Amino acid sequence: MTTHIWLRGRRFSRRARQVINSILVTALALVVLFLFLLPMLYGISTALKSDAQISQIGAPPWPATAATYVYEGKEYEVYRVPIGDDVKPLALVKKGRTVSYFVDPDNPEAGLIEWQGSWRNLERAWKLDPQWNNLKDAWTRIEFPKLLLNTLMYAIVTMIGAVGSAALVAYGFARFRIPKKDVLFMLMLSVVILPGAVTLIPTYFVWLRLGLVGTWWPLIIPAYFSWGTNVFLLRQFFMTIPRDLDEAAMIDGANPFRVFLSVILPQSTSAITAVALFHFFWAWNDFFGPLIYLAGHPEKFPITIGLSTFNTLYGRFGNLIQAGTLISAVIPVLVFFFAQRAFMQGVVITGVEK
Amino acid sequence: MAYVADLRLARPRKGKAARQKMTPLQKKEALWGLLFLSPWMIGFVGLYLLPMLASFVFSLMDFNPAVPDQARFIGFANWYRALFVDAEVRLSFLRTLHFAAISLPASLALALFLAILLNSKHLIGVRLFRTLFYMPAMIPTVATVIIWNGVLNEHTGWINMLIERVTGIKATGPEGLRWLADPKLVYYAYTMFGLWGVGPAMVIFLAGLQGVPTELYEAAEIDGASWFQRLIRITFPMITPVIFYQLVLGVIGSLQTFLAPFVLNNGTGFPEGKTRFYMIYFYKQSFTFFNMGYGATLAWLMLIVALILTIILFGTSRYWVYYAGEERSS
Repeated sequence: MTTHIWLRGRRFSRRARQVINSILVTALALVVLFLFLLPMLYGISTALKSDAQISQIGAPPWPATAATYVYEGKEYEVYRVPIGDDVKPLALVKKGRTVSYFVDPDNPEAGLIEWQGSWRNLERAWKLDPQWNNLKDAWTRIEFPKLLLNTLMYAIVTMIGAVGSAALVAYGFARFRIPKKDVLFMLMLSVVILPGAVTLIPTYFVWLRLGLVGTWWPLIIPAYFSWGTNVFLLRQFFMTIPRDLDEAAMIDGANPFRVFLSVILPQSTSAITAVALFHFFWAWNDFFGPLIYLAGHPEKFPITIGLSTFNTLYGRFGNLIQAGTLISAVIPVLVFFFAQRAFMQGVVITGVEK
Repeated sequence: MAYVADLRLARPRKGKAARQKMTPLQKKEALWGLLFLSPWMIGFVGLYLLPMLASFVFSLMDFNPAVPDQARFIGFANWYRALFVDAEVRLSFLRTLHFAAISLPASLALALFLAILLNSKHLIGVRLFRTLFYMPAMIPTVATVIIWNGVLNEHTGWINMLIERVTGIKATGPEGLRWLADPKLVYYAYTMFGLWGVGPAMVIFLAGLQGVPTELYEAAEIDGASWFQRLIRITFPMITPVIFYQLVLGVIGSLQTFLAPFVLNNGTGFPEGKTRFYMIYFYKQSFTFFNMGYGATLAWLMLIVALILTIILFGTSRYWVYYAGEERSS
């Protein structure tokens, strides 16, 4: 082992090498992360820009307004003036074609500063000025409270169905001897590769015939009939729960449903949480279903469709649109930050074991 | 000989006997089990099986829900039209495949790269990095598309500004990189949207990497294998099952690309029809023109293509997917 390290780097001790490696790898990760999240910084920055800045060429990438300075009762524009090797922000008091007069906002007592050159070639000085009002404005114009209520209602009502039905089915698969159970299980999982379109048209037609297109029912009811991925995750978890407790409860005369409620469920909170989160994020993101079933009913739109409509209507107002995207992303991102542990475990189980 | 014949006959009888042999207790257990499975079974039949079959029946009809009385049976006319007459079917499918061929490898490669980075024992703050790399996947896809639409803007977007600043190439302005308006670039732009969704694949790959037995690495290190050799010879083969699973799901998902072109240009295919993907065409036929018979045909074609691609992938899997020990059967 020692010869090996000696061969790799004579100049560094093992410890120094490790420190250097850590710095290099972490620096690489930071650079990649910065590039990866750059669009998000752009979104936040744009959301806080003023309408004027959006359309102004030469404006800085951060939210800012052109600086001005009040000198002897009058407001003057501030420019970045090169003086010697330095560039100073100075207020332009007297414009001239070849000679202009400036005043230094940091030192107005010094009086006017003469500067040779065309002021038209100078750049404006900008000062940081985030427009927090944009968020409020977007909030009202997109009618966020309505969208939020719709989305939350949709997410929670379907979450109850998705978690409840998946847990029942997973219990069935985990604990009971059923003829051809393996075949049924494979059948359930194979639905994953079924493109949603292939069932869509007859389903749509049935809902249309029932007069329910334009309501939430076509979106809610299917959630109560369990989805393969959720069942898979819960079944894997239920199988790890020892049977002793089941059997003890059975001997005490509990029926299987009772066992499910008072033995299995209380021990599975982490897996149940993961499935609930999966579903919550899925519902918050759902686009195609609401697009088809709620078309023409803006009062029922969830956030995704609302945001897409807002994007079409307010295309010119890049700042309000980015403010809208921020508002739509806040809740799922916060939920993710607080619940990521259970959630990521769930992601791993469904992705690796299957 | 008679004995052999007996054996042959015995087979079905044996099955029957097994079924009869179920004790009342076993029967009760199976019934309870089926009761618990019933939500799935009802859903499977009602929401998948019957609609799928009905969809096939629809594909044999000329059917518009606005005028259901005029629905009529037209045999395989829709199928003939989709396969031999309507060039847009083939074109939109080829566009979808073209886009998938760019975006899918890019997403998988980034997910794998990030997983390898996060798996490094030298990285400080693994948990924080993992959270932050995952986070964009939590942003609603519509919002993701809109954010990227802004950041790729040729005048005010930061991507072009950054490219210009770093490389010195003129990237901004009307002669710059018009990511979403240039037919040569638009698939790369759409690929970038997709990169924000790598979180789940990254975490799954990471778990796969952590599952590789450390003895393998130790043995290789003693034999003098470099970091890169270990990556190619140990890491990649050991996580091929995970890559395979992600690839299958990715292919099926790519076939259904819909949201970005719909949100950004309402499915017009801008620029030059490049983003009129198969799913967009399906949506237009079914829910804009309400040609539901033809729409059902397009949906069935997609199912057939998805199945063929899955079968091909499974067929190739035995050449490159490594299943350690008995895991193959599971």
